[in-house]
Amino acid sequence: MNDTTGTKDPIPVSAGSFQHSRNRLRIQDEKICIETRDLNLFYGKDQALKGINMQIPQNRVTAFIGPSGCGKSTLLRCFNRMNDLIDICRIEGEILIEGQDIQAREVDVAEHRRRVGMVFQKPNPFPKSIFENVAYGLRLQGVNDKRKLAEVVESSLRAAALWDEVKDRLDDNAFGLSGGQQQRLIIARAIAIEPEVVLLDEPCSALDPISTAKVEELIIELKEKYTIVIVTHNMQQAARVSDFTAYMYMGELVEFEDTAHLFTNPKRQATEDYITGRYG
Amino acid sequence: MKMKSWVKSGDPWIWMIGGALGISLIMVVGLLTLIAVRGFAHFWPSPLIETTVTLEDGGTRQILGEVVEEETLPAQRIREAGTEVPEDAVLVTRYLFKIGNRELNARDFVWHLESAISEWRYPEAATMLERRKGGNFYGYPRRLEYDGETVAQGDVLWPELQAMIESKSELASEIERIEDREIGRINKALEELRLIERGLDFNNVVGPERVEAMADVDARRAELNADYDVLRRDRIRLQEEARRGALVLETASGDEAVIDVVDIIKASRNNAMGLGGKLAFYGGNIKDFLTGFPREANTEGGIFPAIFGTVTMVLIMSVLVTPFGVLAAIYLREYATQGPVLKAIRVSVYNLAGVPSIVFGVFGLGFFVYLMGGSIDALFFPERLPAPTFGTPGLFWASLTLALLTLPVVIVSTEEGLARIPRTIREGSLALGATKWETLWKVVIPLSAPAMMTGLILAVARAAGEVAPLMLVGVVKLAPSLPVDGEFPYVHLERKIMHLGFHIYDVGFQSPNVEAARPLVYATALTLVLLILILNLTAISIRNRLREKYRSQGD
Repeated sequence: MNDTTGTKDPIPVSAGSFQHSRNRLRIQDEKICIETRDLNLFYGKDQALKGINMQIPQNRVTAFIGPSGCGKSTLLRCFNRMNDLIDICRIEGEILIEGQDIQAREVDVAEHRRRVGMVFQKPNPFPKSIFENVAYGLRLQGVNDKRKLAEVVESSLRAAALWDEVKDRLDDNAFGLSGGQQQRLIIARAIAIEPEVVLLDEPCSALDPISTAKVEELIIELKEKYTIVIVTHNMQQAARVSDFTAYMYMGELVEFEDTAHLFTNPKRQATEDYITGRYG
Repeated sequence: MKMKSWVKSGDPWIWMIGGALGISLIMVVGLLTLIAVRGFAHFWPSPLIETTVTLEDGGTRQILGEVVEEETLPAQRIREAGTEVPEDAVLVTRYLFKIGNRELNARDFVWHLESAISEWRYPEAATMLERRKGGNFYGYPRRLEYDGETVAQGDVLWPELQAMIESKSELASEIERIEDREIGRINKALEELRLIERGLDFNNVVGPERVEAMADVDARRAELNADYDVLRRDRIRLQEEARRGALVLETASGDEAVIDVVDIIKASRNNAMGLGGKLAFYGGNIKDFLTGFPREANTEGGIFPAIFGTVTMVLIMSVLVTPFGVLAAIYLREYATQGPVLKAIRVSVYNLAGVPSIVFGVFGLGFFVYLMGGSIDALFFPERLPAPTFGTPGLFWASLTLALLTLPVVIVSTEEGLARIPRTIREGSLALGATKWETLWKVVIPLSAPAMMTGLILAVARAAGEVAPLMLVGVVKLAPSLPVDGEFPYVHLERKIMHLGFHIYDVGFQSPNVEAARPLVYATALTLVLLILILNLTAISIRNRLREKYRSQGD
């Protein structure tokens, strides 16, 4: 990233819950939520992911970092089968969520995506009211009871730290919100249907620093209830919010460690080059 | 060098672009101005001019009328046409007078050279009568007669005349009501009885059942015939009443003419009117034109049936084309596998927009009218054959043909609208567990609604102005009844309709009286342009409302 170019020192790890419990986190001690086995992904003839083996722990924040085009977003999109939308995309290997192969034929894609929510790079609210945006997922499931909807919308907006800002204008069009508010609305929309996993694809790249700080705070809070995977370009962000970090390069998983360890004591030279700004 | 930097600065291009826009604007504005000026001017009460014309044989003739046109021509041309012109004249001016009075004059429009006309006088008493048949009459009212006896003359003549015109108009509309509605109703009932009878033949009903049915039919028929007799007597009585009362006028040449008051629609003394009177008269004329029915082979009266037919047809067309076009576009863009077959289909659809409209007319006549309409008749209305019900050109087939004609426009703009919806919005919906269909229905279609409206706007503009195919599939020069009325089923899709575009063609090129029809061509064209404008503005305001509602960041 530009703002880190030229910095030779390792990035100070300043936030993230691991700081409070000084103990090093070990993947072996964690309950595993998502697991990939020899995952290869091709766009036509180009291979975008090469033999990814990875275990993502439950109720933790896992960050994917790496230079542009390294495959981190592609990997993230595998977890809720968003790559199905691309005709030329072909996947080999297994992805297990809670031990279940999500590529299996009997898996209902829509049902699966309810379990694995996703927040995108640019806020993408629907052209509806704030209320209807959050209620969208529930309405899809056939929930039309007004009281139930209002309850869930309120609790989701509270969880997304947006309630106080929008409670008086729930019927306004969601496009009237600022970028940061929109992104928190999208998070509220994702958690309204109570998924098990929330995937965040560079959720702060279009936001200003203050909004970014709010969303980051929110991410740390949300891991109490959800397993969170976040793709980010911003290494400070990865350092601040995540418990585990995966460094990817050219479609390969270079290093996967707990965040404090990866940023302070990277095992591989490539990882160190990247996080110290010698590369990227 | 200077030249080079001038070219480099882009100025010449800006001038060129601006010039192109300017020329286009001038053309559009010029066209609209011509139509508007000619169209609106037709309704203004022009002054009635009395003058003396020296005829070629040396005699003179008094004429009274309106000046319709003035032109200046080389004298040579007039001479060649066989009219005498003074030797030394190079240019001559001539005037076209509308002198009306068809029963007295051979022609109701005459050209006279300026040199043959004496000074113009504007007599206050000169009166113009607009009549139900026979065109305008120009003269000086002398007295009002009732049953052959004079009832008014002098100063009281004018108010008495206006009062009598009003009461006779009421009688005339009462007669019309009896003829159209009451007798029409009886005729319809009689036709139904005839169909019942034929239905009995058709289904081979015999024996006591038939006798019973026939007794019923005969009883009802006798009842209807009795009703008819009563109505006929009423009508004859009213007609006799209407025929009493006549206006005696003196024409400019001194002849006396008698005109039944019931035939007069409006009497006006244009020269005696003040500005207020003229404005009121003008407004009345426009209102009569827009709400009245045509008379005299469409060269007189209003164009209401044509306006109504055009609007009805366009509305039905919109109802037909929108679902078809939108569904086809959604399938093409969202579901069909992109490949050579789809490409071929898309090219075909786009090319359909370039097919000459008359080809659609031929297709509509052959496929819709004869094949589909014929089959509907054979299936549902066999007892009416050989008289066709749907197997003949009519409103529905005209709308369907236009829907086919405008389908490509709707498909293309809907497809473009769908393509413009950002992928992230679709993914956002899918990520919440929506299926593809749910995403389309709840997010994508509402967002592309403005694009669909754009397609519909283009379709409406094209359909409202189309004439050629309509001549084959349902538009006629004079329709006996409107396609929507108070009789069940209220909207009569099988009826023939009138249409503004065709009306222009008919009045302008098929009319026996060219001079009388010309202003109507402009007035009708103006109405058509305004109608399309209104339809478009309505659609655009709906679209803007949708845009506001589904405003996305991309816009």
